[in-house]
Amino acid sequence: MKIEVNQISKSLGGMHTLDEVSLNLNQGEFVVLIGPSGCGKSTLFNIIAGLIEPDQGSISIDGQDWTGKTGRISYMQQKDLLLPSRNILDNVSIPLVLKGMSKKAAREQAVAFLKDFGLEGFGNYYPRQLSGGMRQRAALLRTYLQASDILLLDEPFAALDAISRRSMQIWLKELSARYTASVLFITHDIEESLLLADRIYLFTARPARVKMEIDLQNKDYDQMERLQLKEEILVILEEENRTQD
Amino acid sequence: MKKSAQTTAKLLPLLAVLFFILLWDAGVRYYNTPAWILPSPGQVIKSVFTIHELLLMHTATTLLEAGLGLLLAMLLAVLIAVLMDSIYWLKQALYPLVIISQTIPLIVLTVLFVIWFGFGMLPKILVVILVCFFPILISLINGLESVDDDQIQLFRSMGAGRLAITKMVKIPAALPSFFSGLRISATYSIMGAIIGEWMGAEKGLGYFMTLAQKGYQVDQVLAAVLVICLLSLLIVKIVDLMEYIFIPWNRWQMKG
Ligand SMILES: Nc1ncnc2c1ncn2[C@@H]1O[C@H](COP(=O)(O)OP(=O)(O)O)[C@@H](O)[C@H]1O
Ligand SMILES: [Mg+2]
Repeated sequence: MKIEVNQISKSLGGMHTLDEVSLNLNQGEFVVLIGPSGCGKSTLFNIIAGLIEPDQGSISIDGQDWTGKTGRISYMQQKDLLLPSRNILDNVSIPLVLKGMSKKAAREQAVAFLKDFGLEGFGNYYPRQLSGGMRQRAALLRTYLQASDILLLDEPFAALDAISRRSMQIWLKELSARYTASVLFITHDIEESLLLADRIYLFTARPARVKMEIDLQNKDYDQMERLQLKEEILVILEEENRTQD
Repeated sequence: MKKSAQTTAKLLPLLAVLFFILLWDAGVRYYNTPAWILPSPGQVIKSVFTIHELLLMHTATTLLEAGLGLLLAMLLAVLIAVLMDSIYWLKQALYPLVIISQTIPLIVLTVLFVIWFGFGMLPKILVVILVCFFPILISLINGLESVDDDQIQLFRSMGAGRLAITKMVKIPAALPSFFSGLRISATYSIMGAIIGEWMGAEKGLGYFMTLAQKGYQVDQVLAAVLVICLLSLLIVKIVDLMEYIFIPWNRWQMKG
């Protein structure tokens, strides 16, 4: 098991945000977390990345305890968070440099991936010279170079326009299969979750609990069943949204 | 189309200056103002040339004071800003003091500096530091604070320590606002030196102006003013050039 989230609870600013959340990510799996906005999904990612300590519970990665410890995995957000002061190649090599590699060696390692991430020839462009989609791919490469086996992606395509979002989804799906990375992916887009996921965790409104787990891998849904599933998720999310307000 | 709009924008201030000079010239001619009250622009220009050796000598002193003061103010401001940014209680303790320091009338300090440190360069440099320090410090602190929290969190999640975050994220992010503070300070630096010299000096444009003023040589006073304006512009342009060199990533616009 790549990631095991054990009974995580967390209060933020006196507000009960995560309530005994348990989930897992298996080797090579693409798992999507979906839930009402503000329920605590990003908070969960912060805990998995070690940025904040949970009040209760533990995080284990590859069977080792990583609760409250940073440096193993980082995650990618809606915002690309590329440094405007560095070109694309230097931006994506940052995690390698932080791990103690020399700048030159880090660049050499990173440059080999530019092609697969659709950034070939753009290594020495500054972020502001690139389109939103390209910047997101650069952010994804940076995340990948931080930890090539596990990717945590927090609504990475939410800020893109519909067409680039669609092509990014397809590209990511293909890439994660080829790189055999295990992916944990947050979205509030049901369409996106059905397209990408091997498995889906559906969250309740705050405090977030796992409401439902949907395994898409071992079933072959036809068009009709897919529509039904989508409808079912939508109904649950709407209901949860109401309880939150 | 766009290009011609840009040229117009550059030309307009020149035209405004030209218009003002013509108005001044016409006024002086029309009222027949005596030169010891207000000389014509032509007379001012002429005296720049007749006393250029004198002006050059005094300019060198003033420029040295202003340049040294600005440089020291910059180093001091960078040091204190980084310290204040990394140590929370230090910022809480010093920020009000920094603000209060700006409410002390400069003239009083200038006089005190002359009493304490005499007529040499030191008191002038101190005045320049005092004037230039504040804009740089405040803009740098704001720049360091402006960094997106998520950006810092991302670096933390990648295992970066405080030093690495300051170096890789905060300082580059603060550079643009640092330079806008520096630009303001640069325009003040010459003025600071002049004020220092005015209160008692043996050299410098401020000292020269007090002499000329006592002799009712208004054309020479204004000649010095002209030099001061040009010097200030020159320093600002140097800062612009430095900004261009040190922030290469802001030179390019996004494609498409
Ligand atoms: N540092 C914090 N202090 C207090 N409340 C916070 C903090 N961060 C997030 N929250 C709150 O916790 C809840 C969950 O936030 P978040 O995890 O970002 O939700 P999601 O990603 O599911 O939209 C929100 O209501 C948010 O306002
Ligand atoms: Mg979120």
